[in-house]
Amino acid sequence: MPADVPPNLPPDQSMTCHEFTDFIMAWLDGELPPAQKAVFDEHMDICGDCVRYLENYRKTVALGQAAYAPVTEKALREEVPEELVQAVLAARRLGRD
Amino acid sequence: MPDTDHPADGLSEAALLEGLVQGDGAAYEQLVRQQGGRMLAVARRFLRRDDLAEDAVQEAFLQAFKNIARFEGGSKLSTWLHRIVVNACLMRLRKASRSRETSIEDLLPRYGADSHRLEPAGEWVETGEAAAELREQQELVRASIDKLPESYRNVLLLRDIEQLNTAETAKLMDLSINATKIRLHRARQALRQILDPHLRADAR
Repeated sequence: MPADVPPNLPPDQSMTCHEFTDFIMAWLDGELPPAQKAVFDEHMDICGDCVRYLENYRKTVALGQAAYAPVTEKALREEVPEELVQAVLAARRLGRD
Repeated sequence: MPDTDHPADGLSEAALLEGLVQGDGAAYEQLVRQQGGRMLAVARRFLRRDDLAEDAVQEAFLQAFKNIARFEGGSKLSTWLHRIVVNACLMRLRKASRSRETSIEDLLPRYGADSHRLEPAGEWVETGEAAAELREQQELVRASIDKLPESYRNVLLLRDIEQLNTAETAKLMDLSINATKIRLHRARQALRQILDPHLRADAR
C-alpha cells in the first residue's frame, strides 16, 4: 500500500502489522489524519514487535543522516583540491576564449 | 550540506554575485574555493569515486558559470550550486546504469497470512560516543546504503542526506510525489533490514 495514502479504516477498526509498517513514514511525518493516527497509536499499545520495528526504522533514518557527517574537527572543513580549483578556472577561461 | 555556509572569505554574497555577473576572475576563484569542497563531498556520496566526483563538480561549476546571469537570488548561491551538482551526478548515474536494477523485494519485510511480519524485530544496541566507534558505525551505514538498488539509494540520499524535500526529489528523479514517498519508505525499510544483523542486541 502506498506510504502516503491514509489508511481507509473506520476509526473503530484495528490495524494489522502489515498496515502499521506501511504507515510508519506517514505517521513520522505527521501526515496521518487524526482517526488513523489513533488506530496506529492503539496498535503500538498492543504490539511490542511493531514498536521495536518502529524504533529500528527511526534509528535507521538517524544513522543514515549521520553516516556522512564529519566526526572530527579536522574533517569539518571540506577541502577542495588545488588541482580541481585550477582545472575549473582553466576550463572557464577556455570556454570564454 | 545544503544550507550551511562557511564563514565567507573575502566578498559578501551580494558583492560576490555582482563580481560573477561582471565576469571578475577573482570572484570566480572565490566561489570555487568556497563551494568546491562541499560540492565535492556531495558528488562523492553519489558517485563513490573521486575522479568521477571531480568531473561532476567541474561540470556543475561550468554549468553554473554559464547560467550565472539567470541566478535570481531567491536562494543562496550555495543552495543553487548544491542542486546543480546533485543534478550533474544523477545525470551521470543515469548514463552509466547499463543493466536492469536489482530488486528491492528481498530486503522488504515479509508477512504471514495473519499479516504479522515473519521475522520478529529485535532491539538494537546503542553505539558509544567515542570517535573511533562512530567512524566504524558510519562506515557500516555507508556500506549498507551502497547495497541498496540504485534508484532507492538515490532517493534516500536526496531526502535523508541532502535534505531535499519530496517535490524537489520527485522532480530530479522524474517520479511522482507518491512514487517518491513509496521509494523512500522502501529504501529505509531495506536499509533497516541490511543493518539489522549488525545492530541486534541479541546477535552480539
